[in-house]
Amino acid sequence: MQTIKLKNKPYLLAGYSMVGPLEGKGPLKDYFDYILKDDTLKEKTFEKSERKLLQDIIVGAIDKAGLKITDIDFFFGGDLLNQIVSSSYTARELEIPFIGLYSACATMAESLALASIFVDNGLAENVVAGTCTHFSSAERQYRFPLELGNQRPPTAQWTITGGGASVISKTPSNIRVSAVTFGRVVDFGIGDVNNMGAAMAPAACDTIREHIKNMGRTAKDYDLILTGDLGKLGSEILIDLMEHDKIILGKNYSDCGCMIYDKTERVFMGGSGAGCSASVLNSYIFKKLSAGDFKRILLVSTGALMSTTTSQQGDTIPGIAHAVELEFAGANKTNLKVNFSKDTNNVKSKKGGK
Amino acid sequence: MFNVWDYVISFLVGGFICFLGQILVIRTKITTARILVLFLVIGMVLEVFNVYAPFREFAKAGAAVPIIGFGASLARGAIMATKEYGVIGIFTGGLTATAGGISMAIFASFIFALIFSSKTKRGGH
Amino acid sequence: MDKQKRNTNYNIYVESKIPKTKAWPSLFKAFLVGGLICAIGQGFYDLYSYFFPNLAESELTSCMLMTIIFITCFLTGLGIYDVIGAWGGAGSVIPITGFSNSISSPAIEFKKEGIIYGICVKMFTIAGPVIVCGVVGSIICGFVGLFN
Repeated sequence: MQTIKLKNKPYLLAGYSMVGPLEGKGPLKDYFDYILKDDTLKEKTFEKSERKLLQDIIVGAIDKAGLKITDIDFFFGGDLLNQIVSSSYTARELEIPFIGLYSACATMAESLALASIFVDNGLAENVVAGTCTHFSSAERQYRFPLELGNQRPPTAQWTITGGGASVISKTPSNIRVSAVTFGRVVDFGIGDVNNMGAAMAPAACDTIREHIKNMGRTAKDYDLILTGDLGKLGSEILIDLMEHDKIILGKNYSDCGCMIYDKTERVFMGGSGAGCSASVLNSYIFKKLSAGDFKRILLVSTGALMSTTTSQQGDTIPGIAHAVELEFAGANKTNLKVNFSKDTNNVKSKKGGK
Repeated sequence: MFNVWDYVISFLVGGFICFLGQILVIRTKITTARILVLFLVIGMVLEVFNVYAPFREFAKAGAAVPIIGFGASLARGAIMATKEYGVIGIFTGGLTATAGGISMAIFASFIFALIFSSKTKRGGH
Repeated sequence: MDKQKRNTNYNIYVESKIPKTKAWPSLFKAFLVGGLICAIGQGFYDLYSYFFPNLAESELTSCMLMTIIFITCFLTGLGIYDVIGAWGGAGSVIPITGFSNSISSPAIEFKKEGIIYGICVKMFTIAGPVIVCGVVGSIICGFVGLFN
């Protein structure tokens, strides 16, 4: 079965998120742990900046969990750059055993899921899962040079600068991971690389349907069903597709790509990128869950598994979506607030640098 | 020498060519390289059929600045050189006529690439 | 259900879901930007013909084009031309300035990979087809001229 129910329900000990200046102006600005003023992070190239960003995020998350780098057994991560260099180079610096993953923008849910399974089965004590993206490095790899004066079609999305990391642990906290679903690769024949939302929506639909069915629940049992980066158009398509499968996504449905940017920012259909669901999960969702505002949420990160070569050769875009179910584990709200403030005290430096 | 009409006609014709290009962009999601090549070829065809010269006379810079003019220069250069020098002109004429523009584009790009670095795009355009 | 049919239906459905943006504003912007660039070109042309009255029309045109190409490369370096391009669309691409921008933007972007493998190799990633089609086309035109 696609869905794996976790017997011991490992805990989400800490979540740390870091975003660029543009994302830092958005509606979630109060939830992010750190907002960059300079998105180059004083590095010479954008690839180096992305690396530094991920490194800061991982260190920040470990710090926030009150752990040392040596306490971490494994680092699950990936990113959008070729050969997932940002994660590999981060792992080189941190010297944590590294399990590199790639499912494009669905990497956050994939790494979170695998990390939870590791902890659930007693294979590890503390595991960190994280990913990030950088607008400028993604742009030069997937699209055009930054200085080229081209227009984007209205269906385009904006790769976010930012990311997040979670520490999954045996140590109790307010959030538990109760089940995960690994998605099928679904391709409905969309070939337009500027319309990723439409390419990924069928995959998200497939994963959500399977997860809900296998868990024996309905969509109403979730306080929030959150897709990764479908954007405005993709979310509308997903709602239609789910309706076709007799599952109604109502007010409890949202999309990270639609949440992260302000309405006044002209980012077309919204944010995208692996860092999109990573940063929203580890900021807004983490804080809402650990405060008990949400009791149960389903994170469905979506990814488009194409490369520039395949799209130039005319292949269509396969989509994938992985789902992670997170539950509030605290007894009651007051109890929780104490725990939560203790959590924040553990943060040694907000910058999270070494 | 400074004739206001030249500016008006340049603006109107140049603008109209870009207007046609934008219709293509909206309708077909054409990329930068394809638009450039398409209009370059249009310029060559106009030149081969001797339509470009009167058009240039009429539209002034409105015909010379769009890449149509570049295509026409390439074609005209090759045709003229062929008439003057024979077969060798087929190969030398085109680039000779447009050497200034190409050289300047390469040279200036090289120099400015050494000076400037790329910057992150602001969201919101 | 047959996959081919499902995909076709899905594509039709997605096409219908794409929000229809008004075409007129972007067409107007393209017209305005393209027209202005051409008018600026005419300005340089008049300027050169005033100072160098002995030059032939083709040479004056060449000088004018070189000037605006140079200016475009400079604006690209400053990060201004991509803003103009995002606003003006085809209005910034079809004039020779678009060609110039498509050479200078990868040159600046890939500088980080070094001078030889970055700037020199990547310079024509976008404008390469223009040079190739231009040269091939001009040779074909030359042959046409030979038999005319």
